[in-house]
Amino acid sequence: MAGLPDEPMNWIGRNIPRLEDPALVRGEGRFVADIAVGSRAVVFVRSPVAAGVIRGIEKPDLPRGVLVITGGDVAALKPIVPRLGRFNYVAIEQPILPRDRVHYVGQPVVAVVAPTQREAEDIADAVFLDIEPEQAVVDLDSAAGPGAPVVHPMAPTNTIVEGRIRTPGLDAVLAESTIVEIDVRSRRQNASPMETRGGAASFDKASGRVSLHASVQMPHMLRTGIADCIGMPEADLRVVAPDVGGGFGQKMSLFPEYVLLVWLARKYRTEVAWIEDRRENLIASAHSRDQHHIVRGAFDGQGVMRGLDVEILANIGAFSCYPTTCGVEPLMALAEYAGPYKVAEYGTHARGITTNTAVMAPYRGVSRPVVSFALERLMEVAAKRLNIDPIEIRRRNLVTVFPHRTPTNMVLDEASYLETMEKAVEVADLPGFRARQQAAREQGRYLGIGFSVINERTGYGTPAFAARSMEITPGYERVEICMTPSGEVEARIGASPHGQGLRTTLAQIIAEEVGVDVQRIRIIHGDTDRTPYGWGTFASRSLVIAGGASKLAAGKLAQKLKRAAAVLLQGEESQVRLEAGMALIPGGASISLDTIARTVYHSAGPISEKIGYDLNEAATYDPEGTFSNACHVAVVEVDAETGNTRILRYIVVEDAGRLINPMIVDGQVQGGVAQGIGNALLEEIIYDADGNILTGSFADFIPPTMAEVPDIEVHHLATLTGATVLQAKGVGEGGSIAAPAAVINAICDALQPFGVQLFEMPATPQRVRAAIRAAQETSP
Amino acid sequence: MSEPKVTVCCTVNGQKVEADVVPRMSLADMLREELHLTGTHLGCEHGVCGACTIIVNGAPVRSCLMFGIQAEGAEIRTVEGLADGDTLSPLQRAFWEKHGLQCGFCTPGFLMLATWMLEQPEPVTEERLRHVLSSNLCRCTGYTNIVRAVTAAAKEMGKWAESAAA
Repeated sequence: MAGLPDEPMNWIGRNIPRLEDPALVRGEGRFVADIAVGSRAVVFVRSPVAAGVIRGIEKPDLPRGVLVITGGDVAALKPIVPRLGRFNYVAIEQPILPRDRVHYVGQPVVAVVAPTQREAEDIADAVFLDIEPEQAVVDLDSAAGPGAPVVHPMAPTNTIVEGRIRTPGLDAVLAESTIVEIDVRSRRQNASPMETRGGAASFDKASGRVSLHASVQMPHMLRTGIADCIGMPEADLRVVAPDVGGGFGQKMSLFPEYVLLVWLARKYRTEVAWIEDRRENLIASAHSRDQHHIVRGAFDGQGVMRGLDVEILANIGAFSCYPTTCGVEPLMALAEYAGPYKVAEYGTHARGITTNTAVMAPYRGVSRPVVSFALERLMEVAAKRLNIDPIEIRRRNLVTVFPHRTPTNMVLDEASYLETMEKAVEVADLPGFRARQQAAREQGRYLGIGFSVINERTGYGTPAFAARSMEITPGYERVEICMTPSGEVEARIGASPHGQGLRTTLAQIIAEEVGVDVQRIRIIHGDTDRTPYGWGTFASRSLVIAGGASKLAAGKLAQKLKRAAAVLLQGEESQVRLEAGMALIPGGASISLDTIARTVYHSAGPISEKIGYDLNEAATYDPEGTFSNACHVAVVEVDAETGNTRILRYIVVEDAGRLINPMIVDGQVQGGVAQGIGNALLEEIIYDADGNILTGSFADFIPPTMAEVPDIEVHHLATLTGATVLQAKGVGEGGSIAAPAAVINAICDALQPFGVQLFEMPATPQRVRAAIRAAQETSP
Repeated sequence: MSEPKVTVCCTVNGQKVEADVVPRMSLADMLREELHLTGTHLGCEHGVCGACTIIVNGAPVRSCLMFGIQAEGAEIRTVEGLADGDTLSPLQRAFWEKHGLQCGFCTPGFLMLATWMLEQPEPVTEERLRHVLSSNLCRCTGYTNIVRAVTAAAKEMGKWAESAAA
């Protein structure tokens, strides 16, 4: 489990303070709103009704310099239409601005451009949208049911995507086993990055090009998507993701607002900026995880789950997100439901249902927080039904032999599902906790402990996306690396970090290969003019894939430097070592890498025959993927009078293989857990029956604060597999995947005396109280 | 459309400044747009997230909830004033060393609120730290490393006290 022998471990595995931070702690970061200061402002007038026909748009008298743009003005812009090659996918078109109908509250209908934000807001206030409302369908189950209003005529049952899988032996297993059935509901989330969406587009008269600075996760993809919608040469658009204030998936997708900004800048040869406000973000950016699952586990008398049969409904909102498509939630659930458990026979029917609500898009973990919530609740309920200890039932079902092929043909590489759980039981001192729990109950206090065992599919390249039949298959990453004539290393990457510390971790990986200090390495990212085509940052991929490509490219650069050193030192290339900025050969001769670099570029003659005229290398990496894993433990106290839950302790035992910078890994885990706690207890986007959103502020949609999130302890195991070149596994999403199940299992454990079982998240105080009341009413 | 402007005179990070602002401009917008101090970030513009926290006349203030013209004569401190030239304040350094930030968007607000707390006469306990800083939102860190960073700075500054419960 330790590092490979003979490999110097100078940079990898060290808690290097992040290279990103000095500017950020001084307030010298450069976020899009900082770049936008002084630009003409764009404000969107958004639909106030969920479904309706646009009868007219009344504009006020417009002062000079003010524009009001409607759907009719941008009729030439192509709609956003992501595609999927199977699963009965119905392609629906999302207009940049609609001409005839609106489909959800918050849909942009009119764009107002004015010299300042204030003036644009004043004009926007005076624009009147004459919309004849129609019956909206908002609720997921209603929309999927018979006789529901139709959102898009091409999808008469509101089903946009539908996947089925059923192994041949499932029916027999269901017939002969004990069936444990649960009905699981996840309410709608909003990723809520602290920086909202925003973009600043500026036209360069000299070149005829537009630069769009935008708070996004996938700048290259955005550039292609915008150029397609506008019908402009992609080469005339530069997209830059500057400092990005969090994304969590919400900033992956192509939104109409960005297309319009580029169109405006180009048409009016000007500079325009749109900075979303928090209300817009909550009502009109991407939502996620409005899902309903019916889960049937088939258990034998020993508690072994022999089969799993699942019905999945996912509310995809009014349109399909680009580029992943709205298949992302239902189809991920379909493919990955079994999680870390052995499931021999498996069936799923997964549907994505369109409604008159905001568009769904990936959010940290996508469907897996719901899936692991369902599975871990299933394990608890089955354990109780079969009178088996809940840890023991997991022991009997976790995958322990690797590689393991799942019923959906994924291969689980070596991991430590059982070991992380056993370690978590030990760290949590389960017997000690049970004694404290008993003592507390005697005083009328309700303590509970909850476990959650998960795996997290990470670092997957194009094969995984191709398997979903997406028209666009993301996945590979390319890194172009160069040593400058002065000896610094520049690496240009297609990934696009927004808080993950990639500038630091990739520098550590490169430093390890090339033998230079991280301070002399520059990671260049997020700028389509300066970086190779790549897929940005999402799906716990960047460290694994961009990191893998960095290692490969840096390895090539190191080889080139060794070859040059061998020439200059008159030694053997195979005997050259690179260390601390020097190339050394046995016997003591050495030369600095700076000198080598200067020689290669400026005195090319003698060594150009051996190495050419530059120190540029590149590599592309496109792995199959790997699975990290974790066991989470939440210890809670529930106030039975108010239904409030307080988390007393939170433990994570995780396994991400080789850690490049453990401090950054812990930060990723802790941040994910906090979002999972929000998901479990607090956060819910609520619509009324007409499709009006009731949670349009941070006073209504409530992310957790330091008062709700306890200290999060992170413990590591390290299974090193050959699945990735770094032997590292991604960790970006695991925290938010595992936490909801751990917290809600803990609540149910605390409320065992009442016999309360919760299957809906968030488990708000109201829901917990309602469950206690219901339990008290039904018990004698 | 030209709205009448008012000249506001105040002190920002020790420097006398003047800004001509429309009366409805928030103090946050005045700092960012008129004084080009873009370190103060706007996360919600309705006073919940605390990203725009600054110190006005010795008190922590959400600059999105105050008008620029209300700052007439005020002493204002923003994140840009924390470091002494190249030297980071102990709190800034602790955020860096303890990995108390990820995307960095909420960081200026946390730094200003915690700076204020560390300047108060009462010692900082974990309870007080969590009580005060729970008024700001962070979406990346899960708060664990923010608590560790502020704790480390408080210890370095001789402001830390173990809480009675511990």
